[in-house]
Amino acid sequence: MLSVLQHMEFTPFLISFKLASITAFILFCISLPLAWYLSQTRSKMKPFIEAVTALPIVLPPSVLGFYILWAFAPDSALGAFFEDAFGVKLAFSFTGLVVASSFYSLPFMVQPLQSGFEGLNKNMLEASYVAGKSKFVTLFKVALPNIKPSLLTAIIITFAHTVGEFGVVLMVGGSIPNETKVASVAIYDMVEMMDYTSAHIYSAIMLIISFLVLLSVYIFNAKQVRRFGL
Amino acid sequence: MIHLSICKKLQGVAENMQLKVAFSVQKGEFVALRGKSGSGKTTLLRTLAGLENANGEIIVENETWLSKTTTLSPQKRRIGFVFQDYALFENMTIEQNLLFVQKDKTLATHLLKLTELTALKNRYPNALSGGQKQRVSIARALMKRPKILLLDEPLSALDPQMRNKLQNELLTLHKEFGTTTIMVSHDPSEIYKLASRVIELENGKIIHDGTPKEILLKTQGSQKFSFEGELLEIKKVDVIYVAIVAIGQQLVEVVVSANEAKTLKIGKVVRLSTKAFSPTIS
Repeated sequence: MLSVLQHMEFTPFLISFKLASITAFILFCISLPLAWYLSQTRSKMKPFIEAVTALPIVLPPSVLGFYILWAFAPDSALGAFFEDAFGVKLAFSFTGLVVASSFYSLPFMVQPLQSGFEGLNKNMLEASYVAGKSKFVTLFKVALPNIKPSLLTAIIITFAHTVGEFGVVLMVGGSIPNETKVASVAIYDMVEMMDYTSAHIYSAIMLIISFLVLLSVYIFNAKQVRRFGL
Repeated sequence: MIHLSICKKLQGVAENMQLKVAFSVQKGEFVALRGKSGSGKTTLLRTLAGLENANGEIIVENETWLSKTTTLSPQKRRIGFVFQDYALFENMTIEQNLLFVQKDKTLATHLLKLTELTALKNRYPNALSGGQKQRVSIARALMKRPKILLLDEPLSALDPQMRNKLQNELLTLHKEFGTTTIMVSHDPSEIYKLASRVIELENGKIIHDGTPKEILLKTQGSQKFSFEGELLEIKKVDVIYVAIVAIGQQLVEVVVSANEAKTLKIGKVVRLSTKAFSPTIS
């Protein structure tokens, strides 16, 4: 057993975590203003934007993967633009995987943040405006610190969901070792090659990490409730 | 000096009601705003604060806050606003709540002392009682040395003793800072104690504007005592009828005639008054 572990290749895990970290960071930057806007606006466009944001939850990963692949193809406008302007190949590359994951995991970042902002006492935000603070200062000094549980949930769930994605990654990234072969795809390959020992080890690691991540989120949130009554 | 003349559609109430009011307030005046719920009191305060839009004009000490061409944002209006639900910044300690408004440690220390909160300054709002929270909220509103202090039913969620204490504190603060104050309140004794003027709204219009004495005192002519209360019960005791009336926080027994007992209805608001009566208060 030990010798199996010693000779095991763990690069797919590293790629998974690298992909998830970068995706979570990018999505946080995009989702923060978006979730804030959605929570504050009375615009008629709101349901439309909300529906588009939630699409990745209901769409089969293969549909999303197919469209992204089609858009990334070197002969498409987007794919050609990225290739010419930045010299970046989107299809079957790590960069493409990051972009695809950012679409796929978007609702998991936006929705907890938005419901966190919507649950804030409106008068508290208005008290900040009346105190002379801009919307920007109010967002960072009042709104964000008061939705810490939602903030943590959003970041962790986005991270975990990206680690756990399979369909989109397989379609957009393929299974190129050391480039786009993430842990979930690696397990699929192992099962296909009937290497059940490795599949068992990989699956067990995924299971344990996922459980620990979720457990830590729930413990943190329970502590926050006790301390601030949020 | 504040001049206000605004017109605004009131949301969420019966068919197309409009808030249409115009009045002036002297510098340093303490105005109480009263009226039934839905009469536009809170909307009026929020419009003054710039939290809601309206048509019309608001001029405060020669500065235009609202006109046809300009709408000053709430950030630029120099107002203090005290919300009924306190609305403290939960992520900050009491002292930080004050300092967030203005980094003026001297003023913060002074206000904390005046409101007897010095010992609690490092606590979070979650660890305070309702009365303490409201004191923080009032102190916070004064941190900007506002031109107008707006209070939206600030004491209505507190018990009578705490109300009494905070009324005295509000009076002290008003004397010390001399801030022009507009307060929404339903409590006549509170209004009488604090305000120098009462404006009463009904369906978005001003129906009374005068001193608390003129508007709140219900005795007329030779009446010596006059109370409004709710009739709770009428019972027959031997040959007389006794009515139980709730006046404020107290229950009172009154003898009524058989005829009155028939016409009076349980649950109605009644008025108790006496003439040529020389009570002794001990």
